[in-house]
Parts: sequence; structure tokens; C-alpha cells
Amino acid sequence: MTVAPASAETWREWLMSDRPQSRRQASLGRAYGAWRAFARNRLAMAGLGIVLALLLMALFADQLAPYSPTVGDLRTTRLLPPSAAHWFGTDDQGRDILSRIIYGSRITLFVVVLVAVLAAPIGLAVGTIAGYAGGLVDAALMRITDIFLAFPRLILALAFVAALGPGIENAVIAIAITSWPPYARIARAETLTIRQADYIAAVKLMGASPGRIVLRHIMPLCVSSVIVRVTLDMAGIILTAAGLGFLGLGAQPPSPEWGAMIANGRLYVLDQWWVAAAPGAAIFVVSLAFNLLGDGLRDALDPKGVK
Amino acid sequence: MAHAERVQGGGRRNARLLRAADSVGRFLVVILLTYLGLLAVTFFIGRVIPIDPVLAVVGDRAPEHVIARVREEMGLNKPLWEQFFIYVQKVLQGDFGRSVLTSNPVLQDIRRAFPATIELATLGIILGAGIGVPLGVWAAVRRGGLADQLVRVMGLIGYSAPIFWLGLMGLLVFYARLGWVSGPGRIDVAYEYTLTPVTGFMLVDTAMAGEWEAFGNAFSHLILPASLLGYFSLAYISRMTRSFMLNELNQEYVTAARAKGLSEARVIWRHALRNAMVPLVTVIALSYAGLLEGSVLTETVFAWPGLGLYITNSLQNADMNAVLGGTIVVGSIFIGLNLLSDLLYRVLDPRTRATR
Repeated sequence: MTVAPASAETWREWLMSDRPQSRRQASLGRAYGAWRAFARNRLAMAGLGIVLALLLMALFADQLAPYSPTVGDLRTTRLLPPSAAHWFGTDDQGRDILSRIIYGSRITLFVVVLVAVLAAPIGLAVGTIAGYAGGLVDAALMRITDIFLAFPRLILALAFVAALGPGIENAVIAIAITSWPPYARIARAETLTIRQADYIAAVKLMGASPGRIVLRHIMPLCVSSVIVRVTLDMAGIILTAAGLGFLGLGAQPPSPEWGAMIANGRLYVLDQWWVAAAPGAAIFVVSLAFNLLGDGLRDALDPKGVK
Repeated sequence: MAHAERVQGGGRRNARLLRAADSVGRFLVVILLTYLGLLAVTFFIGRVIPIDPVLAVVGDRAPEHVIARVREEMGLNKPLWEQFFIYVQKVLQGDFGRSVLTSNPVLQDIRRAFPATIELATLGIILGAGIGVPLGVWAAVRRGGLADQLVRVMGLIGYSAPIFWLGLMGLLVFYARLGWVSGPGRIDVAYEYTLTPVTGFMLVDTAMAGEWEAFGNAFSHLILPASLLGYFSLAYISRMTRSFMLNELNQEYVTAARAKGLSEARVIWRHALRNAMVPLVTVIALSYAGLLEGSVLTETVFAWPGLGLYITNSLQNADMNAVLGGTIVVGSIFIGLNLLSDLLYRVLDPRTRATR
């Protein structure tokens, strides 16, 4: 164990050291280097800021929202334009749109996190197994992946939701089913470059089973590129979920899902534009933030990708 | 798929032909497998996921003998693989079943709705590629300049904004407030019944009939959704053009062309762009397929009576035959465009030419 130094200056030296004394120092040093590269990118930092703000918003929705997201006063607060009392106006049920957007951030995060948790491991497993096993297994798995890649994603998701029935959980499943193939592709490509490495041969000589090699020695190395790709896909996931919500196939009313809110505002868009404008702007800002964050991560973690 | 096999010197004509036949054969197998995969997925969605497809057809109050008869008619008593076989056979004959909503055969409905979508997507891709390619070239030539920033910002907005929301806001601004364009639908009701559809493409039909007033009206309906779709393909195409052009401009042949004293315009547009066009054709073909998909949401916003609106209307009425028929048609076009772009790639790039 190395003794961690005390002051900030030596901390940095410890992290940036060319001769790390321990595994932990080496990996922390690597992470610090990536962070420095990332932090130089101002747009990426802005994206990170917005994503963190979204997290906080979802976490403290009860404290932040000035009104109830589901109950409005139909007599006095119906379709009011933006004002000091209602920053983004109110909708046809007299509900405060700002409060609904704040609560809606929970749904957006729920979808994004769940899709990532479902799709990324599937893609990772398919890709690493195909890449490591090679031969027939590889050919079969990659053909399935290609078939899914050749499909129109939104329409496939639509068809799945149509069969499963509308609802936010089914929307998540449908999006996850259609979004794992790129991860499998990436994981396979990474695995192909790793599998011939000397350390894999060494592990094999020590008697590790193929399962252990894939799980413990190959997957961890593929994770970072998959994470980058997942982050870049987040915006697409949010947009697909919002699209399903817009078509009435995602979250059901009175749930304050942003896409469904736009669908609701569509009826009033010519006279009460704010009902549709505000949730759409929220989707746009959050997608933009994930795009900026993903671009920054890619540039920081993968120096080859810098253009 | 793109095996870049460089042919070594002359002779061995047979071997070369054999190799070409092999690659074509492999290609066909891949297409066939992909198409079967598409059908397997739609079969799975239509037949396996629903707990009982019969109930979806007859409702849960139907008497026992009706349920039994429908089950027999739908072939649900047969083993799954046989059901799939029959399903594939029917689809290949263009039989997607009947739409519950319109009670027409699904294929007939799709045929009627399809030209509207093609018209929209085609004008979209013309706008997207027509502006996107020059913009991308300009961005690559003047790196860090105005066009470069523009391409970057447009790309970010295109990847981040929900298309249906931009459509609504576009309607609000350009239709309701400024009155520059016409609202939802393909043409004003006043013209709708005076026109006999020949091709199904409004612009072509009105032009052929010499009804220029109606032509103008159809155009003012078309331009906003088409520009919107065009914008999304523009964002993608200009970004890809930029990166392909940057790649080409660093090559030695560009330096050689400049050293020969060719004008900069000639170097960029004739030498570099020609090579960048090879991968670009793929990008444009794929984004055309993307537009067909993007039209699902756009058509819903603009009440555009195309394939997308047909699919979403059927969805809302739980009309599975129509939904899956639409999915198969769009999926087939996707696969077809993939195939086409791959073939074009081979034709355009001399390095991938195995024969001749």
C-alpha cells in the first residue's frame, strides 16, 4: 500500500506519476488523465452539468415543484400563459407545466437508465462471446445482430409496443430490444483485438475457463467503449421514448411524460403554444446535454476518435 | 460485406469469375437471411407475444365454437414452424391479411398510402443532399470557419430535437403566425375532388393535369414537412460529407493535383469530392431509409395520409395486421436500400470490382 500524500499539489503528482506503485494508483492515475482531457472540453462539461442538474431535479422533484404535477384547478388555472406564478404556463387540466416537467425528469431518467441497464449487458455479452468463440458461434450471433441492425428501429419498437400493449415498461423493453446491436458490434471488435494478447494466453495457461476469460479478462476492457456508445445513444433513446409517448404508446396519462405532454399540447398549439413548447424544449435540452457529454467522453477516452 | 479484394494481374479468368459468383452468392444469402429474420420478428410479434391471437380477433365474449373455428382458420393448431412457413408464403405473395380498421386487404391500403410518403421523403432527401453535400464540402475546406460551425450546430440540433416537436413549432410559426405555408394535409379540400389520381404523387398529378393553382397549393402543403425531414437528413449528410472530405483532402493525390497547377475549385469538386462520393452514396441511401422511418412521426403531426400515419392510426386501433404489414414494407425497403447502397459502392469504387 502506498501512503496517499496530503496536499493538493502532491496529490496531482501522485496521480500523474509515470511509475505507479500500485494497481490502484495506476488506475486512478488513468482516470485522472481522462478526466483532465474531458474537463478541457467546455461543451462536454456543460453537458455534464445539465445531466447532473437533471439528476438533482428528479431526486428533489417533491421539493422543487411548486404545484402538483397531476392535479390542477380546472376553474381558475386552465391554459394560462406563462407568468410569474406559472413560469411555463398551465395546461388544459389547469396543471402547472413547470411542475409536470420537473416530475417528468424522473420518467426520462427511468427510461434512459433502464434501457442502458438492459441493452448494454446484452450487447456486451453477445459481442464478447461472438468475438472470443469465433467460428460458427460468431457467424450465427453476428448474423442475428446484423438482422436487428438492418431494421428500422422506431417502427420495430412501435410494433413491439403494439403487441405488448402501451405503457412505459413495455416502451422500455421495446427500445432495449432494438438498441443492443451496436453494442454487440463494438464489443466484438474490441474482443477481436484483445483475444490474441499475451495476457489472455497467460490466463489460459493458468487454466482459466473460457467463461472466466470472457467475464473477467475481456469484458472489463470492452466496457469503456460500450459506455461511450451508450452515452451517445442516450439522446436517441430519449427521443424514441418521447416519440412513443407522443403517439400515446409510452407512459399513460396523467403521468407527466414529456412526449405525451407534447401530444396533449398539440390540440392547443395554435393558440396556447406553451403547452407543447415547454416539454419539447426540455427534451431538446436533455438530449443535447447527453450528446455533448457523449462527444466529450469519446474524445477523452478514445484519442483515435478526435477529429 | 465489402470485400475489397484487389485483383492481382491478368490471367486466371475462371478463378476470378468463380470468386465473383461466390461473393454474389454470399450476398444473396445474407439478404435472404435478413429478410427471413424480419419476417421471423414480425411473426413473433404477431403470433407469439399476444397471449391468444384469437381473442385479439374475436374479442373475449365470443362463444366457444367461434373461438375454436377461428383458431382452426388461423392455423393456430399447427406446430409453430409450420405456422411460420405458411406465414412466409403468404407474405411473399403480398398477403398481409385484412385491416380490421378499413376492412380492406392491408396491401391495398399500403399501396394507396405509399406515394404520399415517397413524395415527402423524396423531396426531403433532395433538399437534404442538395444542401448538405455542398455545405459539408465547404465546412471541410474552411475548417473552423463559418460553415464548419454551422455544420456542427445543425448536427447537434438535428441529433437532439424531437422531430414531432419541431414540426408542431414549424406549424405554429410558418402556418399560423406567418401564413407562409398551408397547414396539415396534402392539398386543400377545394382541390381534392377535382383531381384524378394517376401516379398518386400530388405534384406530378397536378402538373400533368395542368392545374397549376392546385400544384402551388399542393407544394405549399408539402414544403414544410419536407423541409423538416430534409433538415434531419441534412444534419447527418453534411456531417458525414465533412469527415469524408477531410479524409480525402489529406491524401497525396490532392497535393499532386494542386502541384500540377489545377484550380482549387477543380481539385475540390472534381478530384476530392468524386472520391468522397463513394462512401457518401451509402450515407445518402441510408438516410433516405431513415426518412421513411422519420415520416411516421412527421406524418402524424402534419396529418399527412401516408404510410406512417397509416401505421400509427392502426396502432391506436390495435389493428395488428396493418401494423405488421407496414412494418414489413418499411423493413423491406430498409433491406433493399442497404442492398442498393452496397451494390452502388461496388460499382463506384474500382477497388471493390472483382470482375472485369
